[in-house]
Amino acid sequence: MPDTFKPRTAEEARDVVRWAAAEREPLEIVGQASKRALGRPVQAGHVLDMSGLAGIELYEPEELVLTALPGTPIAEIEAALAAKNQELAFDPLDYGPLLGNPAGQGTLGGVIAANLAGSKRLKHGAARDHVLGMDAVSGRGEIFHSGGRVVKNVTGYDLPRALTGSWGTLAVATRITLKVLPRAQTEATFLLSGLGDAEAATAMTAAMGSSAEVSAAAHLPAAAAQDLAARGHTLSGPSTLLRLEGFGPSVDYRFEQLRALLGADRPVVRVEADASRALWRAVRDAEAFAGTDDLVWRLSVAPTAGAAVVAQLAGRFACKAFYDWSGGLVWLAVPGTDARAEAIRAAIAACGGGHATLVRAPAPLRSSIPVFQPQPAPLAALSARLKEQFDPHGILNPGRMTAGH
Amino acid sequence: MSGIAMPRPDEAVLSRREEIVRALKEMVPGEGVIDTDIGMRVYETDGFNAYRQMPMVVVLPETVEQVSAVLRYCHENGVKVVPRGAGTSLSGGALPLGDGVLMSMMKFNKVLDIDAANRAVVAQPGVTNLGITRAVEHLGFYYAPDPSSQIACSIGGNIAENSGGVHSLKYGLTTNNVLGLEMVLITGEVIRLGGKHLDSEGYDLLALMTGSEGLLGVVTEVTVRILQKPETARAALVGFPSSEAGGQCVAEIIGAGIIPGGMEMMDELAINFAEDFVNVGYPREAGALLIVELDGPEAEVDHLLSEVEAIARRNGASSLRVSTSEEERLAFWAGRKSAFPAVGRISPDYLCMDGTIPRRALPQVLARMRELSEKHGLRCANVFHAGDGNLHPLILYDANKPGELERAEDFGADILRLCVEVGGVLTGEHGVGIEKRDLMPVMFSEDDLKQQQRVKCAFDPKQLLNPGKVFPELHRCAELGRMHVSKGQLPFPDIPRF
Repeated sequence: MPDTFKPRTAEEARDVVRWAAAEREPLEIVGQASKRALGRPVQAGHVLDMSGLAGIELYEPEELVLTALPGTPIAEIEAALAAKNQELAFDPLDYGPLLGNPAGQGTLGGVIAANLAGSKRLKHGAARDHVLGMDAVSGRGEIFHSGGRVVKNVTGYDLPRALTGSWGTLAVATRITLKVLPRAQTEATFLLSGLGDAEAATAMTAAMGSSAEVSAAAHLPAAAAQDLAARGHTLSGPSTLLRLEGFGPSVDYRFEQLRALLGADRPVVRVEADASRALWRAVRDAEAFAGTDDLVWRLSVAPTAGAAVVAQLAGRFACKAFYDWSGGLVWLAVPGTDARAEAIRAAIAACGGGHATLVRAPAPLRSSIPVFQPQPAPLAALSARLKEQFDPHGILNPGRMTAGH
Repeated sequence: MSGIAMPRPDEAVLSRREEIVRALKEMVPGEGVIDTDIGMRVYETDGFNAYRQMPMVVVLPETVEQVSAVLRYCHENGVKVVPRGAGTSLSGGALPLGDGVLMSMMKFNKVLDIDAANRAVVAQPGVTNLGITRAVEHLGFYYAPDPSSQIACSIGGNIAENSGGVHSLKYGLTTNNVLGLEMVLITGEVIRLGGKHLDSEGYDLLALMTGSEGLLGVVTEVTVRILQKPETARAALVGFPSSEAGGQCVAEIIGAGIIPGGMEMMDELAINFAEDFVNVGYPREAGALLIVELDGPEAEVDHLLSEVEAIARRNGASSLRVSTSEEERLAFWAGRKSAFPAVGRISPDYLCMDGTIPRRALPQVLARMRELSEKHGLRCANVFHAGDGNLHPLILYDANKPGELERAEDFGADILRLCVEVGGVLTGEHGVGIEKRDLMPVMFSEDDLKQQQRVKCAFDPKQLLNPGKVFPELHRCAELGRMHVSKGQLPFPDIPRF
């Protein structure tokens, strides 16, 4: 039975890591452990549970800044922001539904460790783009402070951003400072029906290249649209969604801009604010693939390459796809037990490059094939050297990202 | 030269200068190697020109293979390398080393790929910041980060410094707008990070490279995000009796959920210097001047401008003009954009500082700065990216008067300490370089700095790339790698365990 340590302060967390480093005892670092089924399974004899370091320490809406401890539930942060009409503009993806857990779980530390961003990442950037500062404990058992609480800061290397998305393999965050933004007063979704994948990609890139300030662009082919319809969303047939957020008059104006650009000879539906928000939550969280046994991949490619990658793969094996990020994010469901990792990564390479992450699969499969995109040798060696500098004994989440780290 | 010490030149390397020059000339043929005093003179300083140092030799590679060969040679031979873009750094980031190779990347000057559908441009690092916008404006696009040196500064230099500009509150810094890089490590290995897709498959090395001031690698290709030009932009020019009132107005604009494209503030001295210089009708009697620019669809801009006007009046605006034409909008900006030359006309020399503070600390910081101005006996004008708290105090001095540069530097250091004291940082967009190097311990502890230097050790364990910049003390990587942990019993009997 592994020991679970639940520190209440950064100093206690440091003491645990320091002990683990001295004893060469690997630690699995968790908040609420809601993302344990993501990434490679960690091999560690002990658990460092950071959920005891919780709470919002500082929130200054007029300064657009929030500092919280890593164990703070992300839902608590989102509620505090909503009360002041603000939000995390990177729109953190909630893996709950896809992984068979309840929605709304997870901590700030988990969101940052996994660099979770949703549909609005297209316009507003990833979680890392909103991280301003971080205090953390390195694998050496040293507390260090990095970044600050102001948006403009180039003092030293940008460690807070670099630690974001490192899955707890470089350091254990003990305090995180984020940039927050005003929440849009209202929103609407411009919905086009009946487009094929390639046509939809063209429509989305045209919209993104216009001055309509689209904050999210997704395309659901018929099967994915049907899955969401079964969950209560009003969709039928292939659906291309363009999200408009902002002040009321601005949303109306831009909606008409999109109509002029794309809707001349096609029927257009306007999805109003509440339905729009619900629909985008379903897209963001890949609800179309929730509740099945399919293996699920997440592919990041150039926006115009998404449909081409899917076309290549669909000719070779059974799969279902839908697109976010204007076609650049492909969610791919593969039935059966063969994850098709090589075929998927070869198709990405053939279409201009990018990366694929296996986000839902049984643990043995996640141990045996690379969950994250393998890197060319010099880059992999550089990443390994970085890991070694932060965590020389390999005690922080060993094996989470690659067999080495 | 004043008080900032650079690493002691390596006599062994200097004694091999002829041999090194010969080897470089083989790797970079033609006119790619400069070793005459007269030819190297233009490289002896950058935009932080209080400091000068001739390099051992200058090399201007034209291909990735040449960059790789030169770096590999320098690595094998223990020769230091200082990478340089357009040389506009305001913090001495490109100051040469007497025993080092200065590597100018300005022959890498081509835009390689304009991909409007994917809203991306691939360019070589020597292309200017404005050159990217120029390459795509016929398609209705632009590149958002706009440092005031944008006509001259290179995109590679923007990566090194994580450059900002007046629009960064809404559109982000370089780090938020760069998608990918090709770079060469000091070993000569070529690495690609990112591309036209989003996010990293592994550690976010792009985040580390952006703002790394030439200490981690040499960038040979850049992929950036371009944006559609906003449909329209209009600005409001608002005078306030005091910076407190102006600051309150800024807080209320953001509190109302409005993120302007640009929001700049100037103090009384800066207002008057600018008005003397460009004569565009700035209110000379105002204690603070605010320029608020809103961009986007026309309907939105009109709607928000009326809200901004109401907020400004509520906060006691003493004057208020809203631009009704593009000419008028540009005139509003003309004074702000010429603030530096305007000060340059009045004072023989000036130091441009670059701290960032939490916005609400502005009145307190300005008041303290007035005290410091008296203490050091030097005048100081303030321009301020009000939206994101980035201050640019301009300290006026005369280098020909004995002791004035030192007093100006002391004044500047006091200002930066003040920024950190109120919760801000030493540099918002100009970089640490040599200028703020010795102030790093004001903001970071020994452990904080060691952890940053360990990043350097992963990239460049022999510390040959741009040493003497950013970090006040050079620790050897072997020393940084040591761990001081003793084995023993669990030292934390009272931490909850399950």
